[in-house]
Amino acid sequence: MRPLLEIENLRVTFPTARGDIDVVRGVSFTLGRERLGIVGESGSGKSMTGRSILKLVRAPGHVTADKLAFDGIDLSTRSEKQMRAIRGARISMVMQDPKFSLNPVMTIGEQIAEALLTHKRLPRREVNDRVHSMLESVRISDPERVARLYPHEVSGGMGQRVMIAMMLIPEPDLLIADEPTSALDVSVQAQVLDIIDELVRRKGMGLIFISHDLNLVSSYCDRILVMNTGEVVEECKAGELMKAAHPYTRGLIASIPRLDETRDELPVLDRSAWAKA
Amino acid sequence: MIALSLKDLDISYGDTQITHKVSLDIAEGESFALVGESGSGKSTVLKAIAGLAPQWTGEIRVLGKARSHGVDRDFSRICQMVFQDPYGSLHPRKTVDATLGEALTIHGIGNRSARVEEVMGSVGLDRKFRFRFPHQLSGGQRQRVAIARALMLKPKILLLDEPTSALDVSVQAEILNLLKRLRREQNLTFLMVTHNLPVVSFLCDRLAVMRQGRIVEVADIDELKRGDLKESYSRELMQISAAHAT
Repeated sequence: MRPLLEIENLRVTFPTARGDIDVVRGVSFTLGRERLGIVGESGSGKSMTGRSILKLVRAPGHVTADKLAFDGIDLSTRSEKQMRAIRGARISMVMQDPKFSLNPVMTIGEQIAEALLTHKRLPRREVNDRVHSMLESVRISDPERVARLYPHEVSGGMGQRVMIAMMLIPEPDLLIADEPTSALDVSVQAQVLDIIDELVRRKGMGLIFISHDLNLVSSYCDRILVMNTGEVVEECKAGELMKAAHPYTRGLIASIPRLDETRDELPVLDRSAWAKA
Repeated sequence: MIALSLKDLDISYGDTQITHKVSLDIAEGESFALVGESGSGKSTVLKAIAGLAPQWTGEIRVLGKARSHGVDRDFSRICQMVFQDPYGSLHPRKTVDATLGEALTIHGIGNRSARVEEVMGSVGLDRKFRFRFPHQLSGGQRQRVAIARALMLKPKILLLDEPTSALDVSVQAEILNLLKRLRREQNLTFLMVTHNLPVVSFLCDRLAVMRQGRIVEVADIDELKRGDLKESYSRELMQISAAHAT
């Protein structure tokens, strides 16, 4: 079977006063209908990797790749107009903070319907039914009431569930979740991730889960890429993360405090050891 | 000696009452955590102590002395707060030097330059950062500045509102180590608010679990490590944390 996404030698470059800086340096991976996690610290290029798949890197940023293909479509030659037909309908993205990604002057129902109507013409009755059933599937118990609310009237956890509903209603093949739960607390985090997980499995979609939280990624993904300064330093199965070989990955794992913590001091990453400037 | 004592603290925002009869005693030199989900009122308790939520009834005592409802300079010298988001809590148009020196000016303390350098040294910030602006610093460096600012007046008590939740895990480890070392060196008392139980396990001696504005359980850190919390809600929180740890 053809992989859903093939990326070879992806580079993202930003020009600066001191010459060009590569924030992503030659990343390659393929993705089937599976759950892939990308982990790294801030500045490791993980979000830029996610954005360049949707061609959302703004100028002066510049994306090059030997191959950037989604379901057989070569994304690098697509025009903006052709990309708009892919974004949302085939590949969609859940961003970090629902407070900034939802339109504050549209009701939740209207926003979700808009996501659907951009790609398909449907009678209004059917749109309403689909919006309600989508809200139900992200475990919002009274969809009729919530659809009439504005984003400021719902909590962070509910806002993020609305985002997920909006992203999944056109039934895309690939979902990119960029730190989908960093703005939420632990108890709500688990709920939101369980919802993403269930929907992704049920619809047989591909998922790219971008996060800085190793534990979270390893419990929700099949495969993990660890990124540091724009490069993939390690690739492993989620269950084998504890056996990771690269010193950077091991350092990240060791720096997380544990529930039954006995260490007096947490080990800190020695960045100079492997950072090639 | 008891550093911080709360008695029947009811805090309201307008007509909405946020906390109900919160009572706590924190010993000098102790590190105490308040945990709970968002909306449980844990940050509000810190705000009331710091004077940012003045609409409260009950009693707040610091080192035996009752706190008034208004601005209280003597209190500020004893008790300082570090906020969650280092991106939001530093003035964007003030240099590190100005941010740190401000407290000394307000309290009429001299020898400003020496004190600024001393505190920057103790939080592990190099001298070259002294005349930089917040946007020229990384998240971890900014949080160090925020901690340095809180330490300028040599307080006895630090109120920490999720001091590491906006940081990466690797930077979080650096800041946690720093807080632990500062507490040991300067014999500080910590009251920390967080929803991250592993952080509590690393940094604290005791914890209180809050839910809907009430303290449901106060436990020793060993009970948390053994998984021995009594209330069903506390156990639920613990299980969620444990599910993510591998």
